[in-house]
Amino acid sequence: MSYNKEYEQIETGYQAVRWHEPVIYNLGRHGIINEITPQADPEIQAAAKYDVENMIPECMRRKKEPSLPELSEPEVVRHYVRLSQNNFSYDSGNTVGLGTCTMKYSPKINDQLATLPEVYELHPFQKDEQIQGILQIMYELRTWLAEIAGMDEFTFQARGGAHGVFINAAMIKAYHHSHGEDFRDEIITSAVSHPANGGCPAALGYKVITLYPDPVTGDIGIEQMKAAISSHTAAMMMTAPYDTGVFDSHLKEYIDMVHEVGGLVSLDQANFNGVIGHLRAGDLGADMMHFNLHKTFSTPHGSVGPGTGAVGVKKPLIPFLPKPLVIFDGKEYHTDYNRPQSIGKVGNFMGNIGSVIRAYAWIKALGAEGITEAASMAVLNNNYLIKKMLQVKGMGIAWANRAKLQEARFTVEELFQNTGVTTFDINRRVIDYGIISYFESHEPMIVPNPITPEPSDSVTVDDLDRFAEVFDCISKEAYSNPEIVKSAPHRCALHKVLDGPLNDPKQLATTWRAFLKRNPDFTQAKGI
Amino acid sequence: MNGEFVHRFLPNSAPETKRRMLKEVGIENIEEIYAEIPENCRFHGKLNIPQEPTSEFAVSKYLRNVLGKNISTDKMISFLGAGCWNHYVPAICDNINSRSEFVTAYSGSEYVDIGRQQGLFETASMLGELLDMDVVGAPVYDGYSACGDAMLMAYRSNGRSQALVPSTISRDKLDTIKLYSSGWFDIIQVNADPKTGQMDLEDLKLKISDKTAAVLIENPTYLGFIEEQGQIIGDIAHQAGAIFITSVEPLSLGILTPPGQYGADIAVLDAQPLGMHQNFGGGQVGFIACQDKPEMINLMPCWLYSATKTVVEGELAYSWHALYDRMFYVIRDEAQNFTGTSAGLWGITAGIYLSLLGSYGLAQVDKTILYNVNYIRKALNSISGININRFASTPFQEFVVDFNETHRTVEEINTALSKKGIIGGKDLSKEFPYLEQSALYCVTEIHTKDDLDKLVIALKEVLA
Repeated sequence: MSYNKEYEQIETGYQAVRWHEPVIYNLGRHGIINEITPQADPEIQAAAKYDVENMIPECMRRKKEPSLPELSEPEVVRHYVRLSQNNFSYDSGNTVGLGTCTMKYSPKINDQLATLPEVYELHPFQKDEQIQGILQIMYELRTWLAEIAGMDEFTFQARGGAHGVFINAAMIKAYHHSHGEDFRDEIITSAVSHPANGGCPAALGYKVITLYPDPVTGDIGIEQMKAAISSHTAAMMMTAPYDTGVFDSHLKEYIDMVHEVGGLVSLDQANFNGVIGHLRAGDLGADMMHFNLHKTFSTPHGSVGPGTGAVGVKKPLIPFLPKPLVIFDGKEYHTDYNRPQSIGKVGNFMGNIGSVIRAYAWIKALGAEGITEAASMAVLNNNYLIKKMLQVKGMGIAWANRAKLQEARFTVEELFQNTGVTTFDINRRVIDYGIISYFESHEPMIVPNPITPEPSDSVTVDDLDRFAEVFDCISKEAYSNPEIVKSAPHRCALHKVLDGPLNDPKQLATTWRAFLKRNPDFTQAKGI
Repeated sequence: MNGEFVHRFLPNSAPETKRRMLKEVGIENIEEIYAEIPENCRFHGKLNIPQEPTSEFAVSKYLRNVLGKNISTDKMISFLGAGCWNHYVPAICDNINSRSEFVTAYSGSEYVDIGRQQGLFETASMLGELLDMDVVGAPVYDGYSACGDAMLMAYRSNGRSQALVPSTISRDKLDTIKLYSSGWFDIIQVNADPKTGQMDLEDLKLKISDKTAAVLIENPTYLGFIEEQGQIIGDIAHQAGAIFITSVEPLSLGILTPPGQYGADIAVLDAQPLGMHQNFGGGQVGFIACQDKPEMINLMPCWLYSATKTVVEGELAYSWHALYDRMFYVIRDEAQNFTGTSAGLWGITAGIYLSLLGSYGLAQVDKTILYNVNYIRKALNSISGININRFASTPFQEFVVDFNETHRTVEEINTALSKKGIIGGKDLSKEFPYLEQSALYCVTEIHTKDDLDKLVIALKEVLA
């Protein structure tokens, strides 16, 4: 594959930081020692009488030290600071493109609060009387979210959204089992719901029925739903609104239909940002749902976590929630482990407490009116962006006749037909203009050559104008010299990646030692 | 949207901006868009939560006050571990993992989130060295869920109906594994030798069969001691055609034999001790590693950050989309995995920790722990009624303290200790009823001689 260096000279108004930071194993100096932790007290050493390593049984004593990098402290700092600068975060700039991710501002005061010693130095197994502060926050947030969702109880044990969907799938199973209805072995979901609504129930052994949206309306439709529902239906697990920004016109009817046959309804509210205060899953009849605190409720995404899937349920499902629950006796807060019908645990301890504190602080900062207004702003931002984007040559939008809430699925199929440039090419070129790569679409890609941005409540109108402007520039390039787009990126720290090795388990390398085994003659170039 | 609400988090709530945008969209009011939601789904009520927006100062003041009710471990001397360990966190771990560029990043491609992808690749590389294994996946939710995932991998590799686990694992971990496996196979506990706590090999041989999908061991075990029979157990598992899974505590690998050297097909760990605060359990981050075999790599239930080349000679890239078609994100219910947003920030931090300490520093931490544990165990042993040899095996950083002969409950003892500024070990009486009044004590490099002596004095007073 050839590479045209001239394209790097095209002015885009942006040039990425290019540190060309070597892999850490190519840095540092042999023999450096960083004295970070203390040696044992001399008296304690003396008390041992012999070398402590000899206490380890011979067969379990490490013979060869692990090959870790050897860097002085300032070198470690510089390496990681450079890596951070080679990263594009919400705070770095325009992240409008990351649809379904709800990239919104994470208030810095919330970070301060979540990292206080009273939080950071707290152990999850301390006695309840020592952790009253954190239990109070958990209990109050649970009460607020229950109000916002129209549910009766919440747990924060899921460490991500998909983890929350897993809890819901497990509770569906436990609920039907407790009613002697193990024959219910089917879950209904939609192709425009988050894929976790397929993956999680499947991981628990469910057969998953995936329904596709109508090409004209974007809805699943009563007829299709009716055909999918049967006495084997355990639950419907659906995202609402959909990842397409369409709100299914018949959602309430589906919920009632599933209930009629004795099935449960789990709503994935990862896309809740546009409808906070405008609808409540519980009012719709959902039995269970989840919010992503790291999306809707502003807690930072943290380089793909830590996050929290806050799972809410109606009363009949409370006994099945993971243990423990936080309860309040009117005076003190307690952790309640005595829950015989609980699904048990989905992991260690009680989840990512940092998300809980930050979400609490965000709601407190905005108040009821504020969080509802935030949703309205997100919807306004999205509809403004739609107007701007549709002015770009070759750009279309799926389900054009439907109003969109928090996001929309655009398509550059027309541009592709005219120029041969795909959405994947454009997604490498947008970076050259200083905006983050965008979310194309969840699989299956029903809409060809998709683009799914999501402007949250905290983007600026200038971000939106710039986003659309970038697509306009790239469209012009595609129509005049498509090669610029196809061979992108050009003003980024990296050039086009060779995909082949990534799809072959014999060539991919998740560790440096594996990479060296597969590429013994590789030398990392400097200052490309 | 009444046009009056302006808030510091909402840039476009500035009245003039909002008006201009509404005009551009061609609507008077945002309600016109919300009309798209069917009326039977709308909520028009008032949310019963705090109504008014609050200043930053007020938020800070209020939350500091509430959180101030916590009594954290730095105000006392804590001996709690049990999966969330109290180790020293080097300042640069906090410094770097507080940088906005990492904290507020998410799911950018390999071209934009280069730092996240390189950082997580490097962490995986270092963990691969610790484990002596070539394939290490991206962070998963935590160590317990990693174990559940590893069990599912084993099942999917051989389709068998049972998995064997040591009877000494924590009940929460057992619950997690049982939930993960509940659609497919049964979990059977293998007895521990009553004297040593080591896995009872006779019981293992009795229970293993051609139905066994996987055999799991922990090293060190939940109850703190080193399982010395890894190689033998691995051989027995392999002879039966089962997958051998080892769950390890990564900090111990500065001094303990890595699982890759005693036959582990899959290794799992929680990297919390590598630079994460206890954080009320919010600093956990799981990892899964496996042998470099295509059939195993294809079953990895998480993102794989892979080093790869670009069109420019000598340039390295790091992509999190290696073998992406394996994941539920692509094949949905055909995948049977579900690790999405997990704990990337802590994953990067583990790399910072390991590269700062290096193999020398890691061994130093381990030695200090071993010295401290040796010291405190001897001292506790001298207290009448306390038995620290409930399991005659070598501990790493945790050990069972048997209080049965004191005729006091662990709860009574811990309550008395807390009045003296000490947080006693985790009460095991409910978790392992057969151990009755026993507690799991954790001693690490952060405990000074003074801390340890205070525990001994306090226990003598409490038990006097």
